[in-house]
Amino acid sequence: MSLLSTKALVKYFGDTHAVDRVDFTVTQGELLALIGSNGAGKTTLVNLISGLLRADSGQIHFQGTDVTHQSIHERIAEGIARSFQLVNLFDQLSTLDNIALSIFSREGKTRRLFALADHDSAVQDEAMAVLRQFGLEGKARMVAGGLSQGERKLLDVAVAYALRPKLLFLDEPTSGVSTREKAPIMDIITSIVRSGRITAVIIEHDMDVVFKYSDRIVVMHEGAVLADGTPDQIRTNDQVAMTLLGTHV
Amino acid sequence: MIPVPPRRVLVYTIPIALLLFVLPFVVAPYQVALLTYGLTFAIAALGFNLLLGYTGLLSFGHSAYFGMGAYGVAFIVKYFKISSMEAFILGGIVAATAVAALFGFVCVRYTRIFFGILTLALSQVIWSLAFKFFWVTGGTDGLRVPTPSLLGVGMAPGQDKMAFLAHRYYYYVLVIFLVGVAVMWVIVHSPFGKALQAIRDNETRAEFVGVQVRRYRYMAFLVSGVYTGLAGALWVPLNGLTTPDILHWTFSGKIVFFTVLGGFQTFFGPIIGAVVFNYLETYAVGHTVYWQLVLGVVLVFLVLALPGGIVGTAGRVLDRLRKAA
Ligand SMILES: Nc1ncnc2c1ncn2[C@@H]1O[C@H](COP(=O)(O)OP(=O)(O)OP(=O)(O)O)[C@@H](O)[C@H]1O
Ligand SMILES: [Mg+2]
Repeated sequence: MSLLSTKALVKYFGDTHAVDRVDFTVTQGELLALIGSNGAGKTTLVNLISGLLRADSGQIHFQGTDVTHQSIHERIAEGIARSFQLVNLFDQLSTLDNIALSIFSREGKTRRLFALADHDSAVQDEAMAVLRQFGLEGKARMVAGGLSQGERKLLDVAVAYALRPKLLFLDEPTSGVSTREKAPIMDIITSIVRSGRITAVIIEHDMDVVFKYSDRIVVMHEGAVLADGTPDQIRTNDQVAMTLLGTHV
Repeated sequence: MIPVPPRRVLVYTIPIALLLFVLPFVVAPYQVALLTYGLTFAIAALGFNLLLGYTGLLSFGHSAYFGMGAYGVAFIVKYFKISSMEAFILGGIVAATAVAALFGFVCVRYTRIFFGILTLALSQVIWSLAFKFFWVTGGTDGLRVPTPSLLGVGMAPGQDKMAFLAHRYYYYVLVIFLVGVAVMWVIVHSPFGKALQAIRDNETRAEFVGVQVRRYRYMAFLVSGVYTGLAGALWVPLNGLTTPDILHWTFSGKIVFFTVLGGFQTFFGPIIGAVVFNYLETYAVGHTVYWQLVLGVVLVFLVLALPGGIVGTAGRVLDRLRKAA
């Protein structure tokens, strides 16, 4: 069953056809990899689906609802969450508060002015549990701005995960970290996604990582979908090899 | 900001609060009256800093809410012939909130310098209206506000006004101040307060965890307006008169000054800043005709040398001493 589908989605920036008539579907329960060379339109597609950008034309359906014209807030309420390619955190808040905020928001508690956040033990415990899953519990009281790049990438994912989304977009969760750190980060993220039965779309450049972790792969090129298939199908797809060879050797 | 456990905060604040309660028995009435002024400014600064320190919005128009608080009181006197402090507070808060509700609606659509300029421009509209409608506001002469009754008890016949202000009125303001501080402390440590800080740190991400940024900014704007309006209402009986001066943008500048002086990145900074500023200004005005120059030099020094303000710098020094020990 398709959880999300886009129909003829279009976004131009001047002459740049960032997303050009894209039909993209995500099936319930899968871990999908979205790949493509730099500037292929991957981030723009996620920006359109998550509501950061408005599409020029086309539709986005999520669980049978047309969300094309919904606000970011409404889409989050529907269950769409995302992380960011360039880390986007609340740098002056503690690591724990970064997560707690997602939980307060999810439970509609951010409207509470006259209750102490730290005294909501249910939320604090859950936030701590999330940090533990991501191996960040030792940094709970540290400000997010003081974390290492690898930890910040993990926290960025954890903030989105704590919303308990139905569909989670992870835009290059390992970009900007050393090669040595990549595998452990992907191990943590994929095991959490799998055990939580969350449907996830991961944008990733590293082909070894992509083939190892994903159920299905969608390849984008110059704003359009070039190929769509299982890791084996993509590995043996000549057209994909041709276009990606220029950028990944 | 890493939250400080409530117990640690109380260790510092309870002795200070007790000290404030015995103060009228140890210092001259004039000094107490001066501190009362400082406390009202501190309430305004506390409201102002909910926007600056916690939401990341620098308002240059808080004179509007302080002034509306004061004029709200004056209107109660003028049109209802009432001089009860509780009615004053109600009138002041209603007037300030009404204006904040209107201005906030426009201003929260903008951030950074655009927000600052818009708040400034709108507050100047109120200031010019105070001149234009002189038959309502008294123009440059302003409006007189008599000494009010507190909780139904008026000033004793023949009682000296200074004695009243330095004693009963001081306690009245002190209690409201302490409650205001406690309530604001809870607000900034509430889930709502965390959402504001998230907006300050990263507006886009805040939106993507489901915080409706504009709505929360608007709420913060309103709370800020209520505090500043309350401050204006408490200030006007001290002054006995409200004039358009307090609606002028230079008064907004003073509120910014208090907050930067004390340290906008700390909860208590604006309070200390307001009280210290009030002394600084009073004595500078008394001792030199160049007091604005003095204040200017202090401000430049602060921004260049102590960007953390008094409280931020003191905190850092204490931390260093603790680590050295
Ligand atoms: N806000 C914007 N304004 C103008 N052009 C943009 C904007 N965002 C993206 N683009 C352009 O759209 C195209 C697609 O960019 P996008 O960021 O979606 O690519 P990507 O596949 O995520 O690339 P990368 O792997 O480098 O992250 C690029 O040519 C980019 O320069
Ligand atoms: Mg990208």
